[in-house]
Amino acid sequence: METGQRFSLFRYAAPQQFYPLAGRLAPWFAAAAVVFTLIGLYLGFFVAPTDAVQGEVYRVIFIHVPAAWMSMFVYLIMAFWSAVGIVFNTRLSAMMAQALAPTGAMFCFVALWTGALWGRPTWGAYWVWDARLTSQLLLLFLYFGFMALTRAIEDPRRADKAGAILALVGAINVPIIYFSVKWWNTLHQGASVSLTKAPSMATTMLMAMLVMALAAWAYTIAVVLWRVRPLILERERHTEWVGDVLETSEARA
Amino acid sequence: MLSVFLEVLRRDLLLAWRNRADVLVTLAFFTIVACLFPFGVGAEPNLLRTIAPGVLWVAALLATLLSLHRLFAQDHTDGVLEQLLLSPEPPVLWVLAKVLAHWLTTAVPLIVAAPALALLFDMTQSATMVLVLSLLLGTPILSLLGGVGAALTLGLRGGGMLLALLVLPLFVPILIFGAGAVDADLAGTGAAAHLMLLGGGSLAALALAPWASAAALRIAVE
Repeated sequence: METGQRFSLFRYAAPQQFYPLAGRLAPWFAAAAVVFTLIGLYLGFFVAPTDAVQGEVYRVIFIHVPAAWMSMFVYLIMAFWSAVGIVFNTRLSAMMAQALAPTGAMFCFVALWTGALWGRPTWGAYWVWDARLTSQLLLLFLYFGFMALTRAIEDPRRADKAGAILALVGAINVPIIYFSVKWWNTLHQGASVSLTKAPSMATTMLMAMLVMALAAWAYTIAVVLWRVRPLILERERHTEWVGDVLETSEARA
Repeated sequence: MLSVFLEVLRRDLLLAWRNRADVLVTLAFFTIVACLFPFGVGAEPNLLRTIAPGVLWVAALLATLLSLHRLFAQDHTDGVLEQLLLSPEPPVLWVLAKVLAHWLTTAVPLIVAAPALALLFDMTQSATMVLVLSLLLGTPILSLLGGVGAALTLGLRGGGMLLALLVLPLFVPILIFGAGAVDADLAGTGAAAHLMLLGGGSLAALALAPWASAAALRIAVE
């Protein structure tokens, strides 16, 4: 019984087992992402009422907030896979972390960019040194650092482990950065613009935002599954099963 | 066990003493960076007094960053690092000794020079005292965290730029609390909270960073 359970739990940790699973699951998550995005955007742009204070501009939050959430989640998930990789010495977890990083950086950038577009009409400036903005920017740098380090190391095993250590060090530092920036901000600027002071949200707005957050999740999962597949093939190219996979795909083409 | 720590510390200090120029270059860099700012923002005394803590901290940060490659690179090229890793002694010990040597040879000269630079920015005596204290408590974190970055980028092409990208975002909280301590003192709210946070950060880094550095070194060498 014990061995049976363990077998099922770690079964998909083997790249050979995970590769076809990822291929099967990715289209479903992609479809879910499209459906959720359409519903969310429809709710956000046509159903949700115009904000009494901010007018139509506020509608950018339906992209902005899910992107910001996702950018932080993705870093946590990366740190989780890195820890798994260090503890269990699994190859697949490092590949997952590396497949996640570009998506996280992308969401970070989207959050910053949409935030700037929203900030200009609302705050009168594209950028203020608000705690959230600043820590989001630093998070983007952490993503860049992770990607640059894993790309700069040629030996994949060293790249995996070095990336894992960096992701964990970064994950410990993210809350420290957030709180230090927050404190710095309150010390320097006094009362600054804050998102939390926004008037309470209508139910449809919240619904639209949650649907968009689901869309972001589904998109991330789909893209990561797609990105991890070539990574697996590249790393496992010396194995027999990869040769079989490549042969069948060539035969099909 | 302690003998390993002391021996590595003695060796690294001796090497630093024989290459005194390296230490002096770091110090000169610190001074020059700090002196650049008045040319850039204008020599208005009130303005200089306001920006002084931030400028001196940023200069100290960059000077530390540029000196980080010295931490392991030499030992990596001549094979000492491998011998140390092969030895039965726990790597955390001698990593800590190397970081301490780095701090003594890089940060301590900066801390000694800081009051002289503070004069150039017309800082008050009490503010200078707080600045020195904050550097004393904060720079160990720079050496410890920077050690992790130096170990991760050991022997990579473009390692210097990469190192900056890896460590500078992590240095931001130290900069905030370090420069914030002086600002708080000038504002009259007292710098104790900032200094305690820096001290706490130093202790936390002391507890965690050597392990990460040791793990990163093992990866880099294998």
